[in-house]
Amino acid sequence: MAAVQETIDQVRSIAVEQYKYGFTTDIESDKAPKGLSEDIVRFISAKKSEPAWMLEWRLDAYRRWLTMREPDWARVHYPRIDYQDLYYYSAPKRKKEIASLDEIDPEILKTYEKLGIPLREVEALEGVVRPDGERRIAVDAVFDSVSVATTFRRELSQAGVIFMPISEALREHPELVRKYLGSVVPTSDNYFATLNSAVFSDGSFVYIPPGVRCPMELSTYFRINERNTGQFERTLIIADKGSYVSYLEGCTAPQRDENQLHAAVVELVALDDAEIKYSTVQNWYPGNAEGVGGIFNFVTKRGDCRGANAKISWTQVETGSAITWKYPSCILRGDGSRGEFYSIAISNGHQQVDSGTKMIHLGKNTSSRIISKGIAAGVSQNTYRGLVSAHRKATGARNFTACDSLLIGDKCGAHTIPYIEARNASALFEHEATTSKISEDVLFYCIQRGLSQEEAVGLVVNGFVKEVLQQLPMEFAVEAQKLISISLEGSVG
Amino acid sequence: MSSLLEIRNLHAEIGGRKILNGLNLTVQRGEVHAIMGPNGAGKSTLSYVLAGKPGYEVTEGTIAFNGEDVLEMTPEVRASKGLFLAFQYPLEIPGVATMSFLRAAYNAQRRKRGELELSSPDLLKRVREIAKRLEISPEMLRRPLNVGFSGGEKKRNETLQMALLEPRLCVLDETDSGLDIDALKVVASGVNHLRSPERGMVVITHYQRLLDYIVPDVVHVLSAGRIVKTGGKDLALELEATGYAKYQGEAA
Repeated sequence: MAAVQETIDQVRSIAVEQYKYGFTTDIESDKAPKGLSEDIVRFISAKKSEPAWMLEWRLDAYRRWLTMREPDWARVHYPRIDYQDLYYYSAPKRKKEIASLDEIDPEILKTYEKLGIPLREVEALEGVVRPDGERRIAVDAVFDSVSVATTFRRELSQAGVIFMPISEALREHPELVRKYLGSVVPTSDNYFATLNSAVFSDGSFVYIPPGVRCPMELSTYFRINERNTGQFERTLIIADKGSYVSYLEGCTAPQRDENQLHAAVVELVALDDAEIKYSTVQNWYPGNAEGVGGIFNFVTKRGDCRGANAKISWTQVETGSAITWKYPSCILRGDGSRGEFYSIAISNGHQQVDSGTKMIHLGKNTSSRIISKGIAAGVSQNTYRGLVSAHRKATGARNFTACDSLLIGDKCGAHTIPYIEARNASALFEHEATTSKISEDVLFYCIQRGLSQEEAVGLVVNGFVKEVLQQLPMEFAVEAQKLISISLEGSVG
Repeated sequence: MSSLLEIRNLHAEIGGRKILNGLNLTVQRGEVHAIMGPNGAGKSTLSYVLAGKPGYEVTEGTIAFNGEDVLEMTPEVRASKGLFLAFQYPLEIPGVATMSFLRAAYNAQRRKRGELELSSPDLLKRVREIAKRLEISPEMLRRPLNVGFSGGEKKRNETLQMALLEPRLCVLDETDSGLDIDALKVVASGVNHLRSPERGMVVITHYQRLLDYIVPDVVHVLSAGRIVKTGGKDLALELEATGYAKYQGEAA
């Protein structure tokens, strides 16, 4: 309730600059030469002092990638990507290994400040001790390609939780990484995931031991900061039996003239009775008013409910990127496991979004729920693409899907493409879909009560997405609401 | 002091179709004016033109509200200056709790007037007081605005908004439509509660019935886009007996 008001206030204070996150940080980078080859893959692996098996894993992916074709089935159009014209490795230069937070480049800390990263994270980065009992967030900051700071690590390790850059996990917990890496998204999965497997720079690794409820929300902020650097994040989260973790991912990127490729892979593994809640707020540079620039976001996110009664829940608020190609999915392997997908996808200007989910029911009595809210404005195209399937043995599979689209203006498009495959007669799949235009009469009603046009649109849109916003952790919900309003600024004539 | 509302020779059209043809109307503070007339006379158009609904074009004439030119103001400025329209068909906004809407509207108006926003607890207290008078339950305030509301609930909700926003001029467009007699009494009592020496009301209605409960000071007959007859409250009773045929003839 109060949040609506907050949104309006925040928009007012932010409206000065449409994309205030369009700045770059002036720090030296340590870059590999342009282009992709076996040598570059070896260079990346060597830079990270990886074990031999990891290099082989990467090379195997690279060789496979050479045989693959870039997919063209999504409803997105973009100029051909010249993969030889990109950089595949870039790291902030450091004098030595970081022992404490004080040693972090102050320029980097300043960047986080400019980003308006919630105070508690800044405090966390600066090591401020907060009173007990307050909910905290641990931040694993991925700056460009290398993680520069990991906080709260001690408290987490007391709980037995491992939360560190994946490059470090490869050294400290090679057996865990080796067991699970690529087990949800195999190196052969798809063009972009395979590319990621070959060249991924860094990302987060999380392991929650059996029966542990992670004592805080885990959070990663990352942004693309180096001109023409492909950003290839790799995240791996494992929730062992009976454990629980909530993971937050949020990002912003500086303004750029040329397109930037991002091909991340996120793998989640939930064992028996474990639960993973993964929330994303995505606000990358969407390109300018003419549709020039902006991030190309080709992401593979997948969770595997590997054990009985496991649960994986994806919540995403997608407001940025020129191109979004993203389908956070759940494999419901364990009997009684459950998958959820809550999504708000907003497109404005020339943005193109092709996003949705896959719920693959393999185990008995598995259930899934999909709530998708697409909002299209400007001349953007917004597509929901989803698959719900029940395997032959998935007796008692249940799904509920609701896809709602809201159109603002008459030059944008919303598309819903649901695929449903039931190979078990007992499967019960429900699908609802609506498309509506934001009504002039509703806007006038609000305006007659004293709201401005933009406040009225904000109110109606917030009502439209409420069901999904409620799934986000509190502090994230506020940020998300702010982004939604900013994203739709100037969308009404 | 200028009149609260002064409409002079108002001509207005929608989509090239002329609806108002030289309408004159003056409302003083403290007065309740009823505007009656047959379907198609321009009653709702008058309310929309006053509120500034897009699509309604004023081709001639003036509207002064507290001496200020209304036609120069955007709709939200009109609202924040105290012009309130109770809609004949209140709109639904899914996902937005009634209380949230009230807060958004109330504080939006205050901001536009350069006033401080009211804190949530203070606002809630005010809303609860008014809601009680209008037999609106706290549960209803939590429901999305007008979604699934009955006709009576919608009109009570309009009256609640009106009472909260404390406008200087209330325009009630066919507030009696869709109401049974019990709901009508509740709404009318809510409206009567708002009568004050500072506030004017324009009550638009097709039927005399509403005027049994909201007793007007002045009754006008609107036909073919202009006021064709003005009288006291007895005029409404006369219309009830004779119908509008006589005036429709005159206007034509």
